[in-house]
Amino acid sequence: MTGHLAGRFGQALVACFGVLTIVFFVMRLSGDPTLLLVPEGASAEQIAALRHELGFDRPMLVQYVAYLGDLARFDLGESLVQRAPVAGIVAERIPYTVALALGALLVALGIGIPSGIAMAVWRGTVVERALAAIVLAGQSLPTFWSGILMILFFGVYLGWLPTSGADSLASLVMPAVALGALTMSTFARMTRISVLDELSRDYVAAARARGLSRMAAVGRHVLRNAAIPVVTIAALEVGNLLAGAVIVETVFAWPGIGQLAIQSIAARDFLVVQAVVLFVSIVYIAMNLLADLAYAAIDPRIRLER
Amino acid sequence: MTPAALTVAALSLDLGPTRLVDGIGFSVAPGEVMALVGESGCGKSVTAQAIMRLLPDAIRQTGGQVRLGEEDLTALPERAMQAIRGRRLSMIFQEPQAALDPLDTIGAQIAEALRQPLSRVRAEVRRMLEDVGISDPERRIDQHPFELSGGMCQRVMIATALIARPAVLIADEPTTALDVTIQAQILDLLRRLAIERRTAVVLITHDMGVVADIADRVCVMYAGRIAEAGPVAEIFAAPMHPYTALLLASIPRLSDVPKSPLAVIAGQVPAPGEYGPGCRFANRCPRAEPRCATTTPPLLAAGQGREIACFAPLADRRAP
Repeated sequence: MTGHLAGRFGQALVACFGVLTIVFFVMRLSGDPTLLLVPEGASAEQIAALRHELGFDRPMLVQYVAYLGDLARFDLGESLVQRAPVAGIVAERIPYTVALALGALLVALGIGIPSGIAMAVWRGTVVERALAAIVLAGQSLPTFWSGILMILFFGVYLGWLPTSGADSLASLVMPAVALGALTMSTFARMTRISVLDELSRDYVAAARARGLSRMAAVGRHVLRNAAIPVVTIAALEVGNLLAGAVIVETVFAWPGIGQLAIQSIAARDFLVVQAVVLFVSIVYIAMNLLADLAYAAIDPRIRLER
Repeated sequence: MTPAALTVAALSLDLGPTRLVDGIGFSVAPGEVMALVGESGCGKSVTAQAIMRLLPDAIRQTGGQVRLGEEDLTALPERAMQAIRGRRLSMIFQEPQAALDPLDTIGAQIAEALRQPLSRVRAEVRRMLEDVGISDPERRIDQHPFELSGGMCQRVMIATALIARPAVLIADEPTTALDVTIQAQILDLLRRLAIERRTAVVLITHDMGVVADIADRVCVMYAGRIAEAGPVAEIFAAPMHPYTALLLASIPRLSDVPKSPLAVIAGQVPAPGEYGPGCRFANRCPRAEPRCATTTPPLLAAGQGREIACFAPLADRRAP
């Protein structure tokens, strides 16, 4: 098990490195940031001087090696736009995005998993059809549209919730629901399929033959078996949540790293974009490692195999 | 004669408009092994599910009775049925490894039949594991199904089914998925426990060899009906129904000339819904008469505890 985890950790490092490399070069294909930094009407000499000062006149490979060298010393560099350390700029935004993602995950798990179980257990009844409608809505409505509709209805018309910003817990509600809706639907669908699949197994018939009610068989045997594929999806969905945060944070003016990423891309603030991507990849990879540990906790076969 | 532990009377099961099982009846005495034999699709497994009252939603019992001792199970509410399952009436399955929850320890699953947490009935579970011939039960009790062989899993299933000392055990093809050597051990175990514990066993199988090994009586089913029933020794010595005779003739024997072709019954079992008005074996029967295709032969007593549904039975020991 430990050896297995060490192996996965090595893979994770390679993956992080790959992502960084791609982002580094793609960002530089987008154009020269110096042009956005100089005042209008600056002379060619002034531009060249700034470019030299920032190091953008060096060959790209040299820049790349220098960047990796800084990273190895945990130095994320300095923002070109804000002239402040990147680490501080990103760290300031992280709690907001973590709060948003956790809120969304709460919505997604709290509604999605019970709905999925209910849809499987009451298959073919009015319960399944009603829940299926909600799941379909969560899956089909684009966030930028449902977010604006929610702002209109709950924020402007009813006045129950703040329309934007991050001033209180109440401001978190709508962004979390908007971000969590798609993930909720994914959880509901996956859970439904997984539970249905397990319900058809012999061990369920055997459990009923020894006197368990259908519900007791579901509670004692089916749910744990059905959890395995859902855990896999949960790890992947955290990545989707972070990607979705970019849109939701923009719609609700939520000061997280999604918003920071958009602003930094627009300003060609390379080092900030790279730091954001690095953070997101680390979270994504950590989630997958966590899922691996969760399998072992659920399934004794995996515990012993490794 | 001792009163029957289980009586099935005029049981009919329908899938939509199609009749799968057509008014079958049999009874099993305490300590007796009664084999329900037939080809796949003849309705023997749905009969088992109907006895347990665990039929799939689409299949309905449209007639007949299942009695456990004196009690009619057919009319019982589901809650009362749950109290009976596992305690007075239990079942084992064809694929023992699939019939155990892979994530749960075998001890916990056996304890479920007693409606108790394992910690409270651990000693009892351990004794039961010993009884079904599992060595080192103290270690096995906390193992998971994947750590056990198929034969051991079937022993665990038998332990689960018998720990609450039920009056009746339904064994649905309990050895089909196992190696031949293990098959014999499991059959011996079932036989021994049935006698020791006075459990009535309904053994569902398609294998006449299994019937010869452990059954006291046999009911031969064909296409949802009983063709012939009676004591195993009598029926094996002198089958009366042409179908039974052909089934017995199709068992390969060591005394056969090597490489001689296997005996087969020509034709196929008609699908449910394609049954004619007469005897359902008529189209494959070497002794069929004209009336066999138009009139259903009733199941009649034929002496020595035997019953037969045939207009042209074999009266003597000659094969058809």
